[in-house]
Amino acid sequence: MFSRLLSMLLALLPVIAMAGAASVHEFLLDNGMKVIVKEDHRAPVVVSQVWYKIGSSYEEAGRTGLSHLLEHMMFKGTRVHGPGEFSRIVAELGGSENAFTSRDYTAYFETLSVGHLDRAFVLEADRMRNLVFDEKEFRKELAVVMEERRMRTDDSPSGLTYEQLMAVAWRASPYQNPVIGWMDDLANMEIDALQRWYDFWYQPNNATLVVVGDVDPQQVLAMAKKHFGPIPAGTVPAPRRPAEPEQCGITRVTVNAPAKQPYVLMGYKVPNLASAVEDWEPYALAVATAVLDGGASARLARDLVRGHKIAASAGARYDLYSRLPGLFLFDGTPTEGHRAAEVEQALREEVKHLQETLVSKEELDRVVTQAVAAKVFQADSIFYQAMEIGILETIGLDWHLLEREIERLRAVTPEQVQAVARKYLKNDYLTVATLVPQPTDKPVHTTPITRGTTHGK
Amino acid sequence: MANRIRFLLLLWLLPLGALAATPKIQFWTTPQGAKVLFVETHALPMLDVRVVFDAGSARDGKLPGLAAFVNGLLTEGAGEWDADALAVRLEGRGIDLGTGSARDMAWVSLRTLSEAPVRAVAIDTLAEVLAHPRFDDEAIERVRKQMLVARRIALQKPGTIASERFFRTLYGDHPYAHPGGGTEQSLPKIDKARLRAFHRQYCVAANAVIALVGDVDHTTAEQIAERITAALPRGRHAPPLPVADPVPGGELRLSFPSSQTHILIGQLGVRRGDADYFSLDVGNHVLGGSSLVSILGEEVRNKRGLSYSVYSYFSPMRATGPFLMVAQTRNGKAGKTLEVMRDTLKHFVRDGPSQAQLNAAKKNLIGGFPLQISNNRKIVQYIAMIGFYDLPFDWFDTLPGKIAAVTLDDVRDAFRRRIDPARNIAVIVGGRSE
Repeated sequence: MFSRLLSMLLALLPVIAMAGAASVHEFLLDNGMKVIVKEDHRAPVVVSQVWYKIGSSYEEAGRTGLSHLLEHMMFKGTRVHGPGEFSRIVAELGGSENAFTSRDYTAYFETLSVGHLDRAFVLEADRMRNLVFDEKEFRKELAVVMEERRMRTDDSPSGLTYEQLMAVAWRASPYQNPVIGWMDDLANMEIDALQRWYDFWYQPNNATLVVVGDVDPQQVLAMAKKHFGPIPAGTVPAPRRPAEPEQCGITRVTVNAPAKQPYVLMGYKVPNLASAVEDWEPYALAVATAVLDGGASARLARDLVRGHKIAASAGARYDLYSRLPGLFLFDGTPTEGHRAAEVEQALREEVKHLQETLVSKEELDRVVTQAVAAKVFQADSIFYQAMEIGILETIGLDWHLLEREIERLRAVTPEQVQAVARKYLKNDYLTVATLVPQPTDKPVHTTPITRGTTHGK
Repeated sequence: MANRIRFLLLLWLLPLGALAATPKIQFWTTPQGAKVLFVETHALPMLDVRVVFDAGSARDGKLPGLAAFVNGLLTEGAGEWDADALAVRLEGRGIDLGTGSARDMAWVSLRTLSEAPVRAVAIDTLAEVLAHPRFDDEAIERVRKQMLVARRIALQKPGTIASERFFRTLYGDHPYAHPGGGTEQSLPKIDKARLRAFHRQYCVAANAVIALVGDVDHTTAEQIAERITAALPRGRHAPPLPVADPVPGGELRLSFPSSQTHILIGQLGVRRGDADYFSLDVGNHVLGGSSLVSILGEEVRNKRGLSYSVYSYFSPMRATGPFLMVAQTRNGKAGKTLEVMRDTLKHFVRDGPSQAQLNAAKKNLIGGFPLQISNNRKIVQYIAMIGFYDLPFDWFDTLPGKIAAVTLDDVRDAFRRRIDPARNIAVIVGGRSE
């Protein structure tokens, strides 16, 4: 459920783990590719991530889903390696590999025994420039992505609600488009568009290599130079940054979908670290998120779930790190006998409470204590450590910000939380999406099990 | 969630594969009779604790959801603390406490900084949560409502509907048959007396496994394990589960207003400790266990673009767990996808993997083992599983050898004896073909 996801992500959010700068090494190759290496010698393993500054927020109307589809094509072979060979080689090395595309980035990763890092670099360097676009492979992979869209969005009530919220909340921002793309854009996608997209953005000077694990930074640098160094720098276009016009009133959207459980998702337009005028404001918003939804003792669980009992679950989420201004999100699932509108009202009461009354010292202490502990806990995962560095670098922020995060959260005052709540969590900046369940069992047609049949051709 | 990934990571691959420097498991039993497994590591100033009881939904009896209900109530108040006080006490110190349950097991997991004052609060609270949950009326009614909401959400997902129907059909009267979250019929019938009785019977030391990983020494770990179990009655280990009997194969179609059809095909697989386990699991890695680098991934997704997420697995449990092949496809391609999946299995059972495929699978499993135990969270879950299923304590050291020893004949022989395509149950849930 989305609200679980919200709290899970939130738990990761204001509480980022970074050991001292001493263990992080940063290099710049001659071709402009950045290499960041963090040592972690607890286990003989390593994660390698190649981050490209490209994602759905770089796309234009009619061509949505390009970046994600291109990510899929990155496994379909190069001039050197055939389709699927990348995955087969990494698998034989005992590694795991995958990739992910978001609004602001596309990243490729391999997790391996440390001795095989070199092979990962060979493969990644190869597909940075040598990808082959084969029409047949493209058609099949397009079909796979359409299946992915059906599974994650079209047949998912909460997925649909999120997509609709974003689509109506943003008038100009490319955050209005789903990462996976609109179905009709996918249906009309052409291989040439993918090839151009690849040629534009897959350049060493548009990429960051992040390596975390049981490695020697100088050796990693030498390997990176050897494999990525020969790739010439390219001309990378400046990304679009369309300014979102000011919203002047609540926007609402209703989502009628086959479902059994009503749900409300809402968001206020807010700045983040990459876009804020006052640099304390995003941290104050992060603190507000944790006051509302930083665990079972936070306000939403205490008041909406346990106190009023109108919500089975309720969440808040805010992303400090995105390229363009985002949404301060709330969501809630009503309990039996309550309506989505009541949950919306209760969530907005929580906002009002933030605006009218200062948060307590106990709440702020709890938020900082959790952040400090989470910083230690997150150091348990090399993947997470690499990921947070990759995200910041790719959206144009300095990863050193991570090191100052606790200090910045600790400096947030009750007055500042109140100030950002008043300034940004305003009705005029609010968009509300409500899922209205439609029957799931209308066309039910059940064929009883037929015993003892055999199958196959 | 904004991220789109190329395929879903297959988490049940966890228990396989090993290498040189493996974590050393220390083992003992507390005076109260709980089994303890401990891995000492001081790299990070933190401690993970996982307490597992043989108290999963297989112990629900006639009331589906009972085990999950009890498990969920543990953190809703214990001893002198109600839910609010408990949450403040833990979160005010940055302590994470979580619960969960599956068919075989129910668990409570704790993650805390290892500094003594915080750790002491964490462990004291955990002990109280396990031994003296309050089962307040208010919390019972609230959690019941939450479980009913979760039930409705489950029933709006065609994949979940398919999975539930598969288990119900495969297991009949066996306690693995019903959904662990309970049903709209069963949940209203669960009262405080039943919740308490379940807790009294199953949350006992003799039915518990405690896994500890982190920044404490052996003596401290022993004290922690004792503290956790001191307030628990000794009790008895849960009785053996009934044997799951094979059922005839067949096909079941349910319609659902979705754009995709979800397909599950499978039959009884293996139980923990089964002599064929490694042969079947290594074989399945070739068949559909290693996502895109598998025959199913190749046939269904790579060659034909029929499905985004296609895979197969054996889920070994106390009683015989299922073997399953899973895919989803646009409604118009359901018939084709079903046919490809069935043919793939039929050919695999008849011919087995090639030597090259088997070698590749073994390399992945053996070479990838260090990744399965590369951090504290993975280790604590892994050793809890070792303890729960009575696997040998040298598991980390012997696993690679066991995988390496699997031959082509072993895989062919095991699949032919254990997987009969004619006995498959197919559950197909989705919209009608256009």
